[in-house]
Amino acid sequence: MSSTSYRQLTLNGLWKNNPALVQLLGLCPLLAVTASTVNALGLAAATLFVLVVSNTSVSLIRSLVSDTIRLPVFVMIIAAAVTVTELLMQAYSYELYQILGIFLPLITTNCIILGRADAFARKNALPAALYDGFIMGVGFGAVLVLLGAIRELLGTGALFADMQLLFGAGAESWRWQVFNVDYPFLVAILPPGAFLVTGCLIALKNQVDTSLERRAKAQAEAPVAGSKRVRVTGTVS
Amino acid sequence: MSLLKVTSPHASGQSRVSAVMRDVLVATLPGILVLTGYFGPGTLVNIIFGGLIAVACEYAIVALRGRDPKVAVADLSVLVTSTLLCIALPPYAPWWLIVIGVLTAVLLGKQVFGGLGYNPFNPAMVGYVVLLISFPVQMSAWASPRGLAEVPGLTDTFRHVFASTTIDAVTAATPLDLLRQNTGLLFKDLLTGSPELTGWGGIGWFETNLAFLLGGVWLLYRRVFTWHAPIAMLAALAVCALMGYDGGSSQSGGSALFHLFSGATMFAAFFIITDPVSSAVSNKGRLVFGALIGVLIYLIRTLGNYPDAVAFAVLILNFCAPFIDHYTQPKVYGTGGRES
Repeated sequence: MSSTSYRQLTLNGLWKNNPALVQLLGLCPLLAVTASTVNALGLAAATLFVLVVSNTSVSLIRSLVSDTIRLPVFVMIIAAAVTVTELLMQAYSYELYQILGIFLPLITTNCIILGRADAFARKNALPAALYDGFIMGVGFGAVLVLLGAIRELLGTGALFADMQLLFGAGAESWRWQVFNVDYPFLVAILPPGAFLVTGCLIALKNQVDTSLERRAKAQAEAPVAGSKRVRVTGTVS
Repeated sequence: MSLLKVTSPHASGQSRVSAVMRDVLVATLPGILVLTGYFGPGTLVNIIFGGLIAVACEYAIVALRGRDPKVAVADLSVLVTSTLLCIALPPYAPWWLIVIGVLTAVLLGKQVFGGLGYNPFNPAMVGYVVLLISFPVQMSAWASPRGLAEVPGLTDTFRHVFASTTIDAVTAATPLDLLRQNTGLLFKDLLTGSPELTGWGGIGWFETNLAFLLGGVWLLYRRVFTWHAPIAMLAALAVCALMGYDGGSSQSGGSALFHLFSGATMFAAFFIITDPVSSAVSNKGRLVFGALIGVLIYLIRTLGNYPDAVAFAVLILNFCAPFIDHYTQPKVYGTGGRES
């Protein structure tokens, strides 16, 4: 794999083909657990880990598994990775494990993971597959954390609350009360808020894309001063 | 020079958007007056303050979208949205509640979808529901009617709204709240135990509903909308209430008259579900649309967690409106008919 294709992979995972904002995959956890930054971060880390492990394993066994039975095999691999993640979280961040609840085992059915395994890892060599899993996980996780932060901020006026669930007792002081709210804006924390904020993020991304495109177009069409017009006499002023 | 060829007949209608919206605004006046009379100037302050915010917001967002903001504001639709929302808000609501509600209604209910004519949901109800699930405490603090408590004056109103002093002393449960919270009492005992409740809906509420009914009938007379949706809704609600009423035991949901003349029934029937954009289109479709809203209002009022149900019922049926339209599409004259 050449370096340009790694650049391509990075661009795809983080922006152009972002799992959460463009492919709209894995919406269930995206909407369900992003009520706070710490929950989002926990699930983002778990998903990232599973994605990397599954992409790596699928790429390694890609020549051994026939097409007809590939999906059950992939799901088995993913389920194994998820079980490992679950056990790890039980051991090191039990409270967060309890908060995330059913959405941890549900990572198995997250379309992003099976999607990347089937669409990319089974056709590519190990380094590329590993990198793709990593960058897709980062892209998904970034949206997850952003969503969690926005919802937490709108709903409680604070950021990074309860970080000790993930980073140990020292992180308790990370809580940052950005502004004081007498009455929490509940809708941001409730499920409808997840839909609303996700919609706004998607709209924002599309807006950035359109304006970038427009600018690129304008730049491409902009006449260079001094150049000659085609089939027209005179120069462009 | 106009190249458009216009042929007779040259009938001119007054069906401009701004004329219709102006009629709706005029028709809310009796209801607003009665609300002000019974509950003090809170609703009036809500409406004026909310209207200013709404017009400013609409102007800004339409300009941002690259359209002519003056045209958008001049059709008065944004004022109708904000007025309907502010009538539904409790009097003496804190200013930030009004701001959040109006901004949600205009931005999320209307402009996100492309402005007037494109909104799948009733914008005022979108704003109301967001407020109701976000700030249940403030949204259920309705003022006591005149006669049971001192109604605040205008200066007190401004202090309540903009300085956020508490008004716990003058809030009271609405008749529907009372019915919701007291499931252990016979309706008769509830009636004798709470002075704000009457068999007709409650002090102030009966009169308010009557006033909105009056405005609605005037709108019907002006042919702003057809009778189908409102009548279907009221009939369905009355039939449901009749079926659920057992003479006033603790489990019954109040008589049909009580349901017709308390809460937001008449206001909803003539001002909310008649929104031409988000309701069903054909006459038959509007009958179904209105009737289902009536049934839902009754079900949520008696079985749900919230005392009144108009906003939820309307939003749910807004979802269903395209579906209803699909099955109630009128036949084109001369096509279809009997199998031959």
